[in-house]
Amino acid sequence: MQTKLKIIALMLGAAGLASHAVQAQEKVVIGYISDLSGLYADLEGKGGATAIQMAIDDMGGKVLGQPVEVLSVDHQNKPDIAASKAREWIDTAGATMIFAGTNSGVALATAKVAQEKKRVFFTNGAATSALTNAQCSPYTVHYAYDTVALAKSTGGAVVDTGGKSWFFLTADYAFGHALEADTAKVVKAKGGSVVGTVRAPLNASDFSSFLLQAQNSKAQVLGLANAGGDFINSMKASKEFGIDKSMKIAGLLVFLTDVKSLGLPATQGLLHTTSWYWDADDESRKWAARYEAKTKNKPTDIQAADYSATMAYLKAVEAVKSTDADKVMAHLKKTPINDFYAKGVIRPDGRMVHDMLLAEVKKPSESKGPWDLLKIVKKVPGDQVYTTKEESTCALWK
Amino acid sequence: MPALLSQLLLGLVNGSFYAILSLGLAVIFGLLNVINFAHGALFMMGAVLSWMAMNYFNVNYWVMLVAAPLVVGLFGVLIERLLLRWIYKLDHLYGLLLTLGLTLLIEGGFRSVYGVSGLAYNTPEALSGGTNLGFMFLPNYRAWVVVASLVVCFATWYAIEKTRLGAYLRAGTENPRLVEAFGVNVPLMVTLTYGFGVALAAFAGVLAAPVIQISPLMGQNLIIIVFAVVVIGGMGSIMGAILTGLGLGVIEGLTKVFYPEASATVVFVIMVVVLLIRPAGLFGSEK
Repeated sequence: MQTKLKIIALMLGAAGLASHAVQAQEKVVIGYISDLSGLYADLEGKGGATAIQMAIDDMGGKVLGQPVEVLSVDHQNKPDIAASKAREWIDTAGATMIFAGTNSGVALATAKVAQEKKRVFFTNGAATSALTNAQCSPYTVHYAYDTVALAKSTGGAVVDTGGKSWFFLTADYAFGHALEADTAKVVKAKGGSVVGTVRAPLNASDFSSFLLQAQNSKAQVLGLANAGGDFINSMKASKEFGIDKSMKIAGLLVFLTDVKSLGLPATQGLLHTTSWYWDADDESRKWAARYEAKTKNKPTDIQAADYSATMAYLKAVEAVKSTDADKVMAHLKKTPINDFYAKGVIRPDGRMVHDMLLAEVKKPSESKGPWDLLKIVKKVPGDQVYTTKEESTCALWK
Repeated sequence: MPALLSQLLLGLVNGSFYAILSLGLAVIFGLLNVINFAHGALFMMGAVLSWMAMNYFNVNYWVMLVAAPLVVGLFGVLIERLLLRWIYKLDHLYGLLLTLGLTLLIEGGFRSVYGVSGLAYNTPEALSGGTNLGFMFLPNYRAWVVVASLVVCFATWYAIEKTRLGAYLRAGTENPRLVEAFGVNVPLMVTLTYGFGVALAAFAGVLAAPVIQISPLMGQNLIIIVFAVVVIGGMGSIMGAILTGLGLGVIEGLTKVFYPEASATVVFVIMVVVLLIRPAGLFGSEK
């Protein structure tokens, strides 16, 4: 009797071990790091997490036979919080992919962690072109847009309409510096000049003093190299101080939520570049309606990019039957992206190249709904706006 | 030179906000010994209430200048009665923690309803447009902010330092038992004082509504600077808070001209220097 029990116990144990061995398949764990409560929270924030979950649900909730897990944290615009959380998730929670967005400083820091630990790293919302240039990494995919695309598209368009002398109001950190530098390059290449620049601390609430310096410079164009809450407050103050009467205002990074918050009277005619607009075509409208049903707001281009990027990543994992970063990255770089968000490819340097949209804010009389805010002036082809091979200093793309 | 003058003027505008907010904080700390971290959130409530009144009930700015402080002041009285009175006897830090928790609640609540991009509030008709002063174009509204703040600040200072009611308040903080023995209702005075400090914050909020985008974050950015202002001026000194607020607004404005990158930190550098030389603050006295 004793021996029989022992044998049964041993067999059950062996069966348990065997099934454990079969279950040691790879599980996709996505780490989502974004600004959930600060000045950029409306651009991606909780909506981004919703978009990612929509992509997971559309893939059936499971990849490689296992449910996909999403971890999220608020980076509070602090690169050290983001980097340490990414590290913790990779080391202890089995994170296979990190999404770090809406703050260039955060993205740069997290990209380094992802490179060190060999995990796939996507960023939407962070703009600095350095992510696929001077600081490129084999594991980084810069998906939505970058400062070079914004500079060439918006900067180029404004110079073409006669804005030759520029004054920059810049957010004093990685993103602002990159955007200012890239736009200045475009302006000078087209025969314009940069009259002056002032660096404002991130999240300053009062821009009146900086704007006054801009006005005194007598430049033709005021280039706003900031975003989110900073852009909103500087735009509002520009109107108040009558700056829009003597200078042309170029919003170098503007989102749907910024325009909605400021209202059409304050932003009409503002020319800017976006990577996607909900009302651009039927496919986009359909997805935007799904998103709106969940969040009561139309999506920004970053939130749409989050969905698209997640789908691309999950499909890649399914295709190579593994979460190994090298295999997934190789697949991503040879598979074109083709969905409502973009028709594009991921280049060897990690840059996702796709067409951008030059948009103008509608006049109040032209708008027929609470989110009917922009009209698309033209589509700017992807190969014209991103860093070219000659300009790139990334070792992966030589 | 003209550029400098215009920056000084702008600095004065910011300084007026600092002055009103630090006045409320100084009143509450000086008379109640409570570090009211919720001041920023209450400032934001004043602004949001004005927006709601305009948006849902079509109530204009001028009415809200009086109504918002009253409503938020009442809310402040509720906070004092229900929450703060239990912790007076404890260490100051408990007051800080409690009001910090309140801040997170209030700001989080507004954020989940309205997001962070903010709500637009238009400048009232009578104050829109601006005057060309020659060296700069000054929006009329900003000039009004300076005037309104100065009037309210000095009225408050006068009330506290020169009237009998103010004398009771000051005596009540120094020695509540003795003042109560004279038949003055000290707890009621304390409650009303907190309500008044809160009303000052809400008043600043209404003033700020057309200037800064109304968002849950608007209080956060200001409150830290205002705390520094109160510390520099001397905790509990009313005139100190007013003068320091105005002065620091001007200094910050000048920093924005000469070295803008430091404009967010210059106030704290000054705070460190002042604390090293005069720990009780510029106008304060050792308690």
